Amino acid sequence: MSEIIKVGMADLKTCIAPDGITTLGLGSCVGVAIRDTGGKVGGLAHVMLPDSKAIKNSQTNIAKFADTGIDELVRQMEALGASRRRMVAKIAGGATMFNYTAKADSMQVGCRNVEAVKKKLGELGIPIIAEDTGLNYGRTVVFYPETGEFQIKAVGKQVTVI
Amino acid sequence: MVKQMSELDLETVTSQYYDVLKELGNIGAGNAMTALSQMIGSKIDMRVPQVKLLEFDELGTIIGGEEQIMVGVFLGVEGDISGSMLFLLEQSSAKHLINKVMMGMGSPDDPEFTEMERSAMQEVGNIITGAYLNSLAMITNLTIYPSPPSLTVDMAGAILSVPAIEFGIYGDKILMIQSQFFDDVEIDGFFVLVPDIDSYAKILSALGMPV
Repeated sequence: MSEIIKVGMADLKTCIAPDGITTLGLGSCVGVAIRDTGGKVGGLAHVMLPDSKAIKNSQTNIAKFADTGIDELVRQMEALGASRRRMVAKIAGGATMFNYTAKADSMQVGCRNVEAVKKKLGELGIPIIAEDTGLNYGRTVVFYPETGEFQIKAVGKQVTVI
Repeated sequence: MVKQMSELDLETVTSQYYDVLKELGNIGAGNAMTALSQMIGSKIDMRVPQVKLLEFDELGTIIGGEEQIMVGVFLGVEGDISGSMLFLLEQSSAKHLINKVMMGMGSPDDPEFTEMERSAMQEVGNIITGAYLNSLAMITNLTIYPSPPSLTVDMAGAILSVPAIEFGIYGDKILMIQSQFFDDVEIDGFFVLVPDIDSYAKILSALGMPV
């Protein structure tokens, strides 16, 4: 009996196939799904901000950031026996929800999140094999590490699989 | 000297100033609802506002789940304070409200929004948010004004992630002042004021609260 594990905002979790893993209503946040192509381990991070080092306060939740979140996700997957050499990633989200320009900096956070995720995965040598990012709408994603299927649902659109 | 709120603990602030923040929400939303009632020519009621300190993953639950489709009008708050304001309605509520504003020329039974309805909705957001912020500016003697409104129809989680990200820079929780309004039948919506963390300090000290 397989189940679907839910990941909240600024959170990350791992799963073992045939279980799936999901996160709901990604806006400017980015869903980073990683799987070990030679095993059953998968994981999903709901990244909220690009860079933990750009924040002055000490932070407790490392899942929130692209850099520390992806590091931690990979670490947890390796602890479950996954091999980094065989890992591949799919990403979705990073939308600009409102075209409000006065605070251009914070409104571009979707794009900056996507860039930061790509940079971090690049550093770790994990290839991104598919993505559905940017634009101006929210996304719910479901990831199945068994097949690598990454389902994306959006309001008023057909479910797509990447 | 105003101490930066980010140096303070959000939990302490919430418990100490809960009633003050709630009263602010009450005055602001009261004015907004009056403006809305006048616009549609019928009575709108509101519930007692709530001040909420939430974990990010609890955000979706305040309005029926992350995937609940909502119509959201977003406005940036600028001037002496900064932050954002969201006017959120379920799709069918929004359609009914717009139909009233358009004096029956809308299409309340069709879930899609026409161009006309979208701009009517933005204008509604603009007017009632203006009423909310004006009353806030009056009590605090601060300059507060909204940016032009921006509208989206999307999942609640995706909409609420916008103010959440602002708070994510400082910590792992979001503090918001939420008011709920309704009429006798079709309309049921929320009004959420989310000042940036530093702006809470400015608002409270403008009201003579020791921060």
